[in-house]
Amino acid sequence: MKRIITLKINGAPVEDAIDDNVLLIDYLRGARHLTGTKQGCDGGECGACTVLVDGRARLSCITLAASCEGREVETIEGQATNGRLSALQRAFHQSLGAQCGFCTPGMIMAADALLRRNPTPDDTQIKAALGGNLCRCTGYVKIIRSVRAAAGMGREAAP
Amino acid sequence: MSRALPKFRLLRPESVEQALDALRATPGARLCAGGTDLIVNMRRGLVAAETLVDLSGIGDLKTIGMDESGLRIGAGVTLRDLADHAGIALSYRAISQASRAVAGPSHREAATIGGNLCQDTRCLYYNQSHWWRKSTDFCLKYRGDICHVAPRGKRCRAAFCGDLAPALMVYGAQVDIAGPKGIRRIALTDLYREDGTDYLTLGRDEIVIAVIVPPTDAASVYDKIRVRGAIDFPLAGVAVACLTTPDGAKQISIAVTGTNSRPVGIDVPPLQDREDPKAYFAALGKRMQKGVSPQRTTTIAPHYRRLSVAALAMRLARSLI
Repeated sequence: MKRIITLKINGAPVEDAIDDNVLLIDYLRGARHLTGTKQGCDGGECGACTVLVDGRARLSCITLAASCEGREVETIEGQATNGRLSALQRAFHQSLGAQCGFCTPGMIMAADALLRRNPTPDDTQIKAALGGNLCRCTGYVKIIRSVRAAAGMGREAAP
Repeated sequence: MSRALPKFRLLRPESVEQALDALRATPGARLCAGGTDLIVNMRRGLVAAETLVDLSGIGDLKTIGMDESGLRIGAGVTLRDLADHAGIALSYRAISQASRAVAGPSHREAATIGGNLCQDTRCLYYNQSHWWRKSTDFCLKYRGDICHVAPRGKRCRAAFCGDLAPALMVYGAQVDIAGPKGIRRIALTDLYREDGTDYLTLGRDEIVIAVIVPPTDAASVYDKIRVRGAIDFPLAGVAVACLTTPDGAKQISIAVTGTNSRPVGIDVPPLQDREDPKAYFAALGKRMQKGVSPQRTTTIAPHYRRLSVAALAMRLARSLI
């Protein structure tokens, strides 16, 4: 059964006709061509598909697109503004937080959710917030370092 | 690898009454809250439903009330909001710890307390891909006619693995259930039965709408055994509450998840004021081992899990004395 959904994706209002059984990840990658969100385990176990829904980290592979009616979805494509990388993206680049890069969009979105509610997390809090995100290159130390660096950039940018 | 979701119709009621009407009008409809359990199982072909009734749009189910008469948690409260509630962390620590122990942080943003209490039972031979299960001719819980865990048994041994149930049971929590005849209130422990396939006493036309926890002065704690520090379901999870009575005795309540097809409450005598704690805890450990029935439902051996339950219960109880 089809339904019309209206939502915001990366700040832009969107209206689409979708099937009831469409998952958010398939909607984003297939209908909206936002392929930065990665399909990993496909069962809510790896965090590669993490996006933000109303500012909170959600696993798009186990979220129904229809349940996002009226909500604001943010993906990795929404991180950069006017061609400038976000603090998290720059920190992951500079601190070598990405190896093969497949888990990176999910890591950055999960970290973004953390920094919005806690701009100055310690390592324990960073590890807890990224607990649902797996990196098969196992580069966790530099990922944690990257989030810490991004938090530092946020502090520098604050007035 | 999982697969795309099968076709279904999604209903999004805005009130409990609308949800009950939807259940009544569409036999075979399934309830969906956060979807962190159901959607995964649907993708693996374990659950089929022509209609899903999505409870996530019902605002009335998302409130937490706490006063001198106790605690009322709407079934739609997310585990993140439950874990973040300062009053619950202070007065009902085990509930707070259990909600924080579920899966990973992104799951907890969607997962609800109602969903956690009603989540499907789990087994090594069930939570697998379709081709994996087909290779073993399926099992009692799905399509097959044998339980691979206990081949001579007549019932499914899949384990209930929700973290919240034991943490609520040690407080004597109750649940409000809405159905065609109105709202009924039962003890949380009576929501379950020892059958991996038919583990809930909930009717197909009923919805758990709230959890009621009485006021308490008891201290409590919850912890679980798992391979990884996040995401994993409990190989065993133990909640302990301890209340000091006026005569100085310690009234201890213990409940366990992950070992049986239902969460299990363990009868424990109080620790008397001048009783030898060493002998008491040794007896407690033996009682725990006898009280649970872990099966080969995980990759970790049942005997290890039985010993772990005892060790964990003794450690947690000691921490409260």
